[in-house]
Amino acid sequence: MSDASHTPRIIPDRLTSPLTRALRSWEALLVVVAVAVFIANSIASPYFLDAWNLSDATFNFTEKAMIAFAMAMLIIAGEIDLSVASIIALASTAMGIVMTAGFGTPAIVATGIGVGVLCGALNGFFVARLGLPSIVVTIGTMSLFRGISYIVLGDQAFTGYPDSFAYFGQGYVWWVFSFELVLFAALALGFYVLLHRTNFGRSVYAIGNNPMAALFSGIRVNRVRFILFLLTGLMSGIAAVCLTSRLGSTRPSIATGMELEVVTMVVLGGVNILGGSGTIPGVVLAAVIMGLVTFGFGLLNVPGIVMSIFLGLLLIGVIAVPRLIARMRR
Amino acid sequence: MNRLLKSREVLLALAILALLAVIATRFPAFIAPGNLTNVFNDTAPLIILALGQMIVILTKCIDLSVAATLALCGMVAAMLDGAGVPLALILPAALVLGAALGAVNGLLVWKVDIPPIVVTLGTMTIYRGIIFLISDGRWINAHQMTAGFKDLPRTEVLGLHVMSWIALAVIGGAYVLLNRTALGRSFFAVGGNPHAAVYTGIDVGRMQAVAFVLSGALAGLTGYLWVARYAVAYVDVAGGFELDVVAACVIGGVAIAGGAGSVAGAVLGALFLGVIKNALPVVGISPFWQLAISGSAIIIAVAFNARQGRARGRIILKSAEHRA
Repeated sequence: MSDASHTPRIIPDRLTSPLTRALRSWEALLVVVAVAVFIANSIASPYFLDAWNLSDATFNFTEKAMIAFAMAMLIIAGEIDLSVASIIALASTAMGIVMTAGFGTPAIVATGIGVGVLCGALNGFFVARLGLPSIVVTIGTMSLFRGISYIVLGDQAFTGYPDSFAYFGQGYVWWVFSFELVLFAALALGFYVLLHRTNFGRSVYAIGNNPMAALFSGIRVNRVRFILFLLTGLMSGIAAVCLTSRLGSTRPSIATGMELEVVTMVVLGGVNILGGSGTIPGVVLAAVIMGLVTFGFGLLNVPGIVMSIFLGLLLIGVIAVPRLIARMRR
Repeated sequence: MNRLLKSREVLLALAILALLAVIATRFPAFIAPGNLTNVFNDTAPLIILALGQMIVILTKCIDLSVAATLALCGMVAAMLDGAGVPLALILPAALVLGAALGAVNGLLVWKVDIPPIVVTLGTMTIYRGIIFLISDGRWINAHQMTAGFKDLPRTEVLGLHVMSWIALAVIGGAYVLLNRTALGRSFFAVGGNPHAAVYTGIDVGRMQAVAFVLSGALAGLTGYLWVARYAVAYVDVAGGFELDVVAACVIGGVAIAGGAGSVAGAVLGALFLGVIKNALPVVGISPFWQLAISGSAIIIAVAFNARQGRARGRIILKSAEHRA
């Protein structure tokens, strides 16, 4: 990592055409991979090419992808949040408490989202206000948030959510298009605009590339950082509503290990783990690929833990391969 | 005297003593020597792993795969025992396997230049997955292990279990390595200022790889001890233990940005968590509280580290000015 600053940056006389750049981009590679996985799956299993089965497959990634959008912005800005899965656990537990107290669906949903935002605010306070390293803070809050869930629930579970609450995780807007899938698409569009079409989005890149320079060019660096943690908390809260509604119950072990899958999704989507670059379309494609692969493995009866080996290899592989290729070219 | 009181190690030792005193007012049996040696013995794995983790963190890296490495080496040790391999070979095998798994992390960080957090997040799941593959998800229970395999960590020598003696040996070894050898000082140099380390002829990436190998080897050794002591091996052995290990380091004042930390700090950090963990059931608090307590401890410690780090910088400058 330290060597990078020493290599001189080569500035070409002429830029490559936008089309060549688009074809050579990480996103183009992801499209090819997505198509290949799709074809491989449809050959491997006769049950794959079915509108309802494919619709089911989207549940493998929608909740994670919602968090991944916010996480992508956070990682582009040079921070990370490892507590997202624990935020889901805490938000879900809070929803369970509100539900047990006899409140209806609107209150339950508001609680889930509200707790998510509060958790994000706490992370943001530690990182942006106190200037603590985000990786340790969120390892700490990761234990803290899930720990509170365990204190409340122990080995018990909340069940018996109202029927109207089931819509968020099990309902369909139209034909095979589930509420989660539509929400995923809307959020993807929203985050695309936020990151690629607003001043706020540009400042995120600026901070990721050089926080000091960003500060001197008038960006309120810590405020942007705080908002990004808030946003990640918000998305975790929304994901908690969807996941709790889909499962219909809350256990303190809910969404265990999801932070790993979210980070993998973001990195697979071409976001530089050291910050400074990455795109939302890349993350969307990565989400689809991971969903298709998980679903395909599921159809082939591959156990979950073997899928997680594959996930780990994928995480390391997608970063290692481009670096090794670049080294061989040199 | 003033500086002594401000040092992290002394503060932490006082905090642990205060904790013990508070517990002792209600439950005097807790501070009986016999129970305290039990607490130490119970904390031994955490101490060993925290020392390995500290070396990794000193070089600006982090190893989240320690618990998975521990579990994989423990499972392999138990399987070797089942295959009739003598204990004299199992121990070095666990150590070497752990070192090899650490080397995988180290090489990916050194040669491929992948950020350590990504590497070890990945290998954490891969190593756990491999346990499932080699064991078919089955448990290896006490009755499937030979008596010699299970007894070694529990054998008492001079009033302490072998497990505790090994932890003491690792503490001594780490102290000598980090304070009295060129290799140990290079870990500090690499984390303190990587550019300056390069100019003094230290290969930064290689030191990081060596740190991962050491951390892996210690995790491998602990893997055998853990599986033998609890007499059971399965996929989720020591699940989430990597967080406790990082917590012990952070509480012990090891700077997450690298270059600062001490053996005494890491050991006291581990003991602090160990005392809390052992005291909870005695005091009558549900063990479900432990996760939240260690989470809060991490956050408080890191906030404290940041404040103390800033103050320490000023003090050094002042004393230098006075001398000049």
